[in-house]
Amino acid sequence: MSVTVLLFASYADALGATSFSLDLPTDATVADVLADLRLRPGADRLPPAPLVAVNQQYARLTTRLHADDEVAVIPPVAGG
Amino acid sequence: MTPVARLHRDPIDPMSLVRAVSGASHGAVLLFLGVVREMNDGREVSGIEYSAYEPMAARELSDIAQAAEARFSSSTVAIEHRLGALALEEVSVGIAVAHPHRSVAYDASRWIIEELKRRVPIWKREQYVDGHREWVDPTARETSTVEPEVLT
Repeated sequence: MSVTVLLFASYADALGATSFSLDLPTDATVADVLADLRLRPGADRLPPAPLVAVNQQYARLTTRLHADDEVAVIPPVAGG
Repeated sequence: MTPVARLHRDPIDPMSLVRAVSGASHGAVLLFLGVVREMNDGREVSGIEYSAYEPMAARELSDIAQAAEARFSSSTVAIEHRLGALALEEVSVGIAVAHPHRSVAYDASRWIIEELKRRVPIWKREQYVDGHREWVDPTARETSTVEPEVLT
């Protein structure tokens, strides 16, 4: 199945992309997305456990993914 | 009625927020404005660029506004957060709270800004007078970091 990964702010700068499509096994979780990210150039600038949202809701490492999910990797928020 | 809660690309009009929450039952109307300041961590700032995961940020703002009205009953709230490039002294966030009495209005206003800073996916990149620019990471200065579990 395919999911869309979104990157923002400092993470987008680090990995040189704001979004990409990722093919995963059907039982994949958020942790699998992060494992893939770690293999990409620039990933050393990400923290060990970045915040992740799935379909615009904060998620856990163990959150199961489904086809066409939108997985956003969220840098430390700085609103206000 | 659904409270006003939105991202804003144009300058925030503070009085529009006040008008959105005012009413005859409310004896207290409180307005909080976050403003771009010239110094941060000892560096001279010339401006800030705000960006967001816009659909999620809009939903989180709306959730916070509705949660505030539920948590601080009889209150009416309005929240706007600016996106884009802001100069010094421009308003980045405006929060208006009205309540029959001042005490609850102060509590609700404080709760809203802290929730906003904790969970709304908005980022800011500071532009410094020396020409550098950097993403602001509030967690870099704190002793504890927020775990994803806290936010679910």
